[in-house]
Amino acid sequence: MYMVSIDVTLFNDSWLLIMQLCGAKRLGYFGRSQFYIALKLVAVAQSGFPLRVESINTVKDLPLPRFVASKNEQESRHAASYSSDSENQGSYSGVIPPPPGRGQVKKGSISHDTVQPRTSADQQEPASPVVSPQQSPPASPHTWRKHNRHPSGGNSERPLAGPGPFWAPFGEAQSGSSAGDAVWSGHSPPPPQENWVSFADTPPTSTLLTMHPASVQDQTTVRTVASATTANEIRRQSSSYDDPWKITDEQRQYYVNQFKTIQPDLNGFIPGSAAKEFFTKSKLPILELSHIWELSDFDKDGALTLDEFCAAFHLVVARKNGYDLPEKLPESLMPKLIDLEDTADVGDQPGEVGYSGSPAEAPPSKSPSMPSLNQTWPELNQSSEQWETFSERSSSSQTLTQFDSNIAPADPDTAIVHPVPIRMTPSKIHMQEMELKRTGSDHTNPTSPLLVKTSDLSEENKINSSVKFASGNTVADGYSSSDSFTSDPEQIGNNVTRQRSHSGTSPDNTAPPPPPPRPQPSHSRSSSLDMNRTFSVTTGQQQAGVVAQPPAVPPRPQPSQAPGPVVHRPVDADGLITHTSTSPQQIPEQPNFADFSQFEVFAASNVNEEQDDEAEKHPEVLPVEKASDPASSLRVAKTDSKMEEKTAASAPANVSKGTTPLAPPPKPVRRRLKSEDELRPEVDEHTQKTGVLAAVLASQPSIPRSVGKDKKAIQASIRRNKETNTVLARLNSELQQQLKDVLEERISLEVQLEQLRPFSHL
Amino acid sequence: MAVPLPGDKTVVAQNYPLYIRSVPTESELKFHYMVHTSLDVVDEKISAMGKALVDQRELYLGLLYPTEDYKVYGYVTNSKVKFVMVVDSSNTALRDNEIRSMFRKLHNSYTDVMCNPFYNPGDRIQSRAFDSMVTSMMVQVC
Repeated sequence: MYMVSIDVTLFNDSWLLIMQLCGAKRLGYFGRSQFYIALKLVAVAQSGFPLRVESINTVKDLPLPRFVASKNEQESRHAASYSSDSENQGSYSGVIPPPPGRGQVKKGSISHDTVQPRTSADQQEPASPVVSPQQSPPASPHTWRKHNRHPSGGNSERPLAGPGPFWAPFGEAQSGSSAGDAVWSGHSPPPPQENWVSFADTPPTSTLLTMHPASVQDQTTVRTVASATTANEIRRQSSSYDDPWKITDEQRQYYVNQFKTIQPDLNGFIPGSAAKEFFTKSKLPILELSHIWELSDFDKDGALTLDEFCAAFHLVVARKNGYDLPEKLPESLMPKLIDLEDTADVGDQPGEVGYSGSPAEAPPSKSPSMPSLNQTWPELNQSSEQWETFSERSSSSQTLTQFDSNIAPADPDTAIVHPVPIRMTPSKIHMQEMELKRTGSDHTNPTSPLLVKTSDLSEENKINSSVKFASGNTVADGYSSSDSFTSDPEQIGNNVTRQRSHSGTSPDNTAPPPPPPRPQPSHSRSSSLDMNRTFSVTTGQQQAGVVAQPPAVPPRPQPSQAPGPVVHRPVDADGLITHTSTSPQQIPEQPNFADFSQFEVFAASNVNEEQDDEAEKHPEVLPVEKASDPASSLRVAKTDSKMEEKTAASAPANVSKGTTPLAPPPKPVRRRLKSEDELRPEVDEHTQKTGVLAAVLASQPSIPRSVGKDKKAIQASIRRNKETNTVLARLNSELQQQLKDVLEERISLEVQLEQLRPFSHL
Repeated sequence: MAVPLPGDKTVVAQNYPLYIRSVPTESELKFHYMVHTSLDVVDEKISAMGKALVDQRELYLGLLYPTEDYKVYGYVTNSKVKFVMVVDSSNTALRDNEIRSMFRKLHNSYTDVMCNPFYNPGDRIQSRAFDSMVTSMMVQVC
């Protein structure tokens, strides 16, 4: 008991009597209550009153007992306090809370000086718990607060009025005793700063706070001794009144500066290893640092954001000042912003991206931007989510978003399977659209809100229009679908490709399910880009806007974005394709345009741009010249991304109008089909198309090229398909390469993991 | 509890325990022994997978083997960290799903522990959060 070591200016016998009275002698130790009683008795004795049990309560207005603590005592006190670890809260009885920080020894010396002036301080200390608004529960925070009180303008502010009243209720102050303990140890605010300073160097022992919650002057003295901490202390004091764990502005600024030294980007992370190094400098035991980490790493990602870092820093400071670590992170330390997008969790990204609402958004920063065939599904999933969003927005009756539950996580490591909204028969929608068109209805197909949605999508898909997804759609689709794209353009491409694929012969080119209109941006993007580029270059028909889109950033490896939408898409695509196929002479590229235009139209308005019909052979021209200016214009405006305006062709737009705003992939396909439709003389072909569409919907109908009306058209379509094939093949190879790279990375990571487990024999 | 459910949760890596916790602490040694012997069963189950990819291997190993007194459940992570749970046979209320969910929680907590840069893999787990999670889980069961 350090208490014993305190020299009281009393006779020994008085002291013995005191001890006896307070029960310490009986108990053999100074419990908290004993301590307080003893102090009071000391005051009584020092005041000259006879030492009696009743004197405790009867004597009011006692001057605070005066203690002369020797340096050794303080040091021992410190030592004692230090020994008590986090569990100290309750065990402060009789132990003056150790001054925060390691430099306690030094503090001892300082406090020694301060002991004298303590007068009221001392008295107040024990009494403070009694009087002060008890926030007893966490001693640490309470301590914090007490501490703040101290510094605040000297003892005068102490609510501890006078010794007398304090003592009276001290019996009930058990709860407050903890506060008292806290008080003792509540030098925290000031110390933090000093301690931090110590982090960088050796603990500035001299700067440590006065041991006892001495008078403010002491602390002030200490503070002045401490370098560059005064400001912080004051800060702390003023701010901690309300919340012991609140970080003051100065503190925060300090923390931020420290953060910058490790990580200049304030929005970035501090990796675990760097943080470990940094906090190890604080010389706290690893166990406590580990606990602090657990508290402050809010998102459990192994890295610290600025908020987390400040919280951790704050906790370390508190701990060094003697505050016990809380079991839970205090609210004021909780990171305010949890930037989901920055979280390392890839899983969050899709959601983020998906609901960002803008298909053109690139996948979250962390998502690999690698369009890969094998990763199309994840990407598809991601995009599908986006699609989902669209559909929800459009709230078309037909677009009841259903999720494909068959999506198999492309990335087994990612437990997150993005719900892939199953396209509500985009083909059907397309069919409807086409039918509408066929029926000569205005291109405005305002029937289904899907169209509207489609138009939204189409806007981005415009680009794909250029892709002549004539007959080779299937293949193209396959490829395109494999692309990972996060933006609509990609999706559009997917649509196109998908449709092609559907209409084409081989339903499943690459994606597991028949490459349904893959809303996956990745797919469409990369594929569409290539396709567009290819077609535009090769065919020249495409709009000049070769989709110069970079390979669609693979939306995070999403299991199967495509599956769902893809499924539907194919249907739609098929339908579209069939339409297109039925009219091979129709400029194959038209369909794409059509699709795009459709979407665009919807976006802009439901004005049907079916006027594109004439634009048949010049799909690329269509976009611009299409009568469906609204659509085309929309497209132009909207699809500045890779998807060129090729599909600006109004005709496609018109056609696309009918398309439901389904996943982008279908769009392109749809457009294509639609454009084809539009191109073709509507009457017959429409009917044929419908029939064909129906057939196509069921399976991938090969685009009936029965009508050899226009050989040129057929040849053109063939050429387009070949181009598409080449593009897709190239894309495939690229994706394969990416896949290999990723696999290599994975292997290396696994190796590292194994290395971390040296003894693993498995 | 009168008949405490011997909930012994053990986290074992490289075949030495990282963490052992049992509700009736008096028979802790017995649980140590049981866990150790069950390691063989776990290894056997793992190797039974053959060359199957880790992905295809299920993490939850299920009931390793029952004895007259208790049942042992196993779970192994992708990094070959084994979780072994010994429960009293008299407790029939515990269903497989519950065991699975408990293992999942264990795994999640273990992952959190691993994320802590101050934790050296291979150390005994001293995380308070982990402790509290295990305690709450065992209290639930008992």
